[in-house]
Amino acid sequence: MTRIHCRAGQVLTLICLMLTTLVAQADMVVRVTEGADQRMPIAVVPFGSNHSRDAPEDLDTIIRDNLTMSGDLKTLEPSRMLSLPTSGDDIHFRDWRVLGQQFVLVGEMDFDAERNRYILSYELFDVSQQERLLGSRASAAPSELRTLAHHVSNRIYERVTGIPGIFNTRLAFVTRTGSGNDVEYRLKISDVDGYRDQVLLRSSEPILSPEWSPDGKELVYASFEGGRPAIYRQVVSSGERRRIAQFKGLNSAPDWSPDGESLLLTLSKDGSADIYEMPLDSLEPRRLTRHYSINTEPSWSPDGERFAFTSDRSGNPQIYIQSLSGGEPERLTFEGSYNAHPIYGPEGEELFYIHRADGRFLLGSVDLETGEERVLSGSEIDEAPAMAPNGRLVLYVTNAGGRKGALEMTTVDGNARFTLPVRHDGIRDPAWSPLAE
Amino acid sequence: MTDLLKNRVLMLGFALLFVAGCSSTATEPEGSGSNGMEESDMEQQGDSDADSSDAYGAGDGSGVSEEDMTAEERAQKSLDQAKEKAMQAASTIYFDFDSSEIRRESQSILEAHAAYLAEDDDASVVLEGHTDQRGSREYNMALGERRAESVARFLRVNDVSEDQIETVSYGEEQPAVEGNDEEAWAENRRVEINYE
Repeated sequence: MTRIHCRAGQVLTLICLMLTTLVAQADMVVRVTEGADQRMPIAVVPFGSNHSRDAPEDLDTIIRDNLTMSGDLKTLEPSRMLSLPTSGDDIHFRDWRVLGQQFVLVGEMDFDAERNRYILSYELFDVSQQERLLGSRASAAPSELRTLAHHVSNRIYERVTGIPGIFNTRLAFVTRTGSGNDVEYRLKISDVDGYRDQVLLRSSEPILSPEWSPDGKELVYASFEGGRPAIYRQVVSSGERRRIAQFKGLNSAPDWSPDGESLLLTLSKDGSADIYEMPLDSLEPRRLTRHYSINTEPSWSPDGERFAFTSDRSGNPQIYIQSLSGGEPERLTFEGSYNAHPIYGPEGEELFYIHRADGRFLLGSVDLETGEERVLSGSEIDEAPAMAPNGRLVLYVTNAGGRKGALEMTTVDGNARFTLPVRHDGIRDPAWSPLAE
Repeated sequence: MTDLLKNRVLMLGFALLFVAGCSSTATEPEGSGSNGMEESDMEQQGDSDADSSDAYGAGDGSGVSEEDMTAEERAQKSLDQAKEKAMQAASTIYFDFDSSEIRRESQSILEAHAAYLAEDDDASVVLEGHTDQRGSREYNMALGERRAESVARFLRVNDVSEDQIETVSYGEEQPAVEGNDEEAWAENRRVEINYE
């Protein structure tokens, strides 16, 4: 394993006159599987500044962290750069060839006092072709500089990889803090890098399993407010919410259908824990599994025709797939005595889930064509996988080494893993929003 | 939490005593008693529970035979004993990892609770299922439910009525003990029996 640390602001003192104020950033630790590093090298040169204001955010650092987090790009530390150009005219391509860079991003910040907006002019070059791939200007109000950085990150990532960028998507998650009688659960959303978090709901009783609607405007989740579990649906922007299920027994594990019209969820109103489909107009659940064992954690396939779920009908939890139109479930996992919480890969060709091995709980995957099972993560207690909306990353919670709840990501091929720099104490159940329109 | 629970159990105990006292009169409205007798009976009990025979004697001379009273007293006594046993019995049942099977050593505990619940129709319990923090949160929610159901089934088999039992699962959300080792996990895999 190799370790790469990306630290903001070393050696930048060389050009401190041109620099905006640096914001202290946590280290982003990236672990890359030996010999499997296929990430494309890109140099994000610290941006120049043509104004005297202190910008509240350090845009090139945010962009560097974003691109690193994508799993497809490898960014160069500013301390290793031989020159610090701020526009295309200043670039000596030899400097970047020597450093093995494939792409270079340069830019300059201006401030328009009249409109109270920062303006970033940026250019992206292909080093070997000496070709300008992007040249653009983007602006934002001082309070929206992170949005600007995410927007530019998306443009660069999409231009270089041809894959939609995820940097302006959002996470929903739950935190649990305190202990005893002072426990507080919070339903939160944040930027995809964990910054700019907002609280949507506070409760002294458990909140679980938030999931985004396919249009990214609403969340469903389970909440125990009042001492009994129920499923709620909440509009993110307005906070308006509605209780949509409170049956006797379990009300758990909601998953929004790809067409947005119904939910899969787990109820035990007819005896044991079974999976039901509940249309959001009628709110009348239709039972899909019928087995006295535990059947839960349903996940829609991307085409909406099947669902994966956890069942312990074999004597211990394993992953199954069943058609929405009926029929017998098919068992998919056979390695080990504990496989749970499946989520579909983007094309429906692969499932990711939590796999128990040697007393550890790790992220596993199974190829639906070949049946091949693999282990992707490597800590002690990992849980709650969530798929990136562009299908390149799996997000999960790790509780390794006494750390309580950090967010980790791995590329879907398992070749690179990252710990998100921003910590939210007691984090659990992350959900990734769809791509913004 | 535990103090609070103890208080609750104690208060429930008193409440149940009172209810039991009332119901011994309230459940025989078709017998001999008039409304007047029942009222005085209750007042008497409120003042002192020593002279219950006087109270019956004074309240109404006819239709209450000595035999009936003895049977009732006997029933009351056995109810009290059952309740005392149930209250003294542990109120937490523990489980193995990923299991909802009731261990042999838990059976006598549950039998004590069942004996009391079977005898007193007015008593009811909420069975709270819990798991340790490992594994998948939603699977654990279902596992907690199955543990609570497993205890509920044991009680039902032992003559406790369906209406006296409610189950709720908290999964891994409310650990009895915070901690990340086998000792903590073992204490968290449990069903708590709470009298309402």
